[in-house]
Amino acid sequence: MKLQNKYIKALAIIIYFVFIIGSFVIGFKPGKQIGHNFITFSMEMLKILPCAFILIGLFEVWVKKESIEKHLGKGSGMLGYIWVIILAGTTVGGLYVAFPVAYSLFKKGAKLAVIFTYIGASAICRIPMTIFESSFMGIKFSLIRLIVSVPLVILSSIWLGNYLEKKSYRIMEGK
Amino acid sequence: MYYLYIATGLTLLISFIGNRGKTFKAVKIAFKKLVKIFPAFLTMLILVSIVLFLVPDKTISNYLGNNGKFIGVILASFFGSITLMPGFIAFPLCGILFKKGVGYMILSAFTTTLMMVGILTYPIEKEYFGVKVSIIRNTISFFIAIIVALSIGFFFGELL
Repeated sequence: MKLQNKYIKALAIIIYFVFIIGSFVIGFKPGKQIGHNFITFSMEMLKILPCAFILIGLFEVWVKKESIEKHLGKGSGMLGYIWVIILAGTTVGGLYVAFPVAYSLFKKGAKLAVIFTYIGASAICRIPMTIFESSFMGIKFSLIRLIVSVPLVILSSIWLGNYLEKKSYRIMEGK
Repeated sequence: MYYLYIATGLTLLISFIGNRGKTFKAVKIAFKKLVKIFPAFLTMLILVSIVLFLVPDKTISNYLGNNGKFIGVILASFFGSITLMPGFIAFPLCGILFKKGVGYMILSAFTTTLMMVGILTYPIEKEYFGVKVSIIRNTISFFIAIIVALSIGFFFGELL
């Protein structure tokens, strides 16, 4: 069953690319548009992903498990959430970069509540994005957004983290 | 974007001076991880390219601009959830919409769901967090975004 799914997925991907290339050959406009979208977004991610993953690799090699356990682990307290929000503020890209970082944090012994806070915060607290946002929407807009959303992210992460901690839930790296 | 390259380059250099072996190991780990998650990224990129074709900026502008505020918030959070766009596209778009008279509340519903709810990043999320937790996290995020939008509406006097 699992293997079959894999083949179906691979087939779908092949059909997609045949469709895109075919569209460019015969000049089918919707297909060309989809192809352009694909290229634009791929380029955007290629600019970020190699750097992000090299930083993740360096993190895994250099940062000691004990120090993550101490500052972001079970006994870390409120300060752990603050550290992780600062880390999230410097995260680039968005959720798709935050997930692999979350896995590395988990492996190094961070607790789940802190990890979910990291995920949420890296969606809403990225510093360059927030500066950009306030230049278009005004500082008041960005401030209200942060003041309302950050506590909600922390509270919901504590709830979800504690709930999953009881079930001895694990973050994986691919299945 | 450049600060990312500078930061990565500097960290890599310092690491290399500190310990060559460890640095090579880190690059190897990075490469392995990237290869492992690549299929999920490909799936996401394919979905993004199709969804952005089906729901272009123009459609989003039309729907957000031409409805009442509460329907607007619902539509905005729907579009924010199902699409994915980088900030440098999303915020200028919001700036334009604001000038056209779309309120802060609707725009915040759009941008906050855009940031927090990832239906298109789901293929990646589920590889790390599993199906169930991904759904729970996205559902919670959706409601947080709605609360944020209502708060913005309240503080900008658009709610009543």
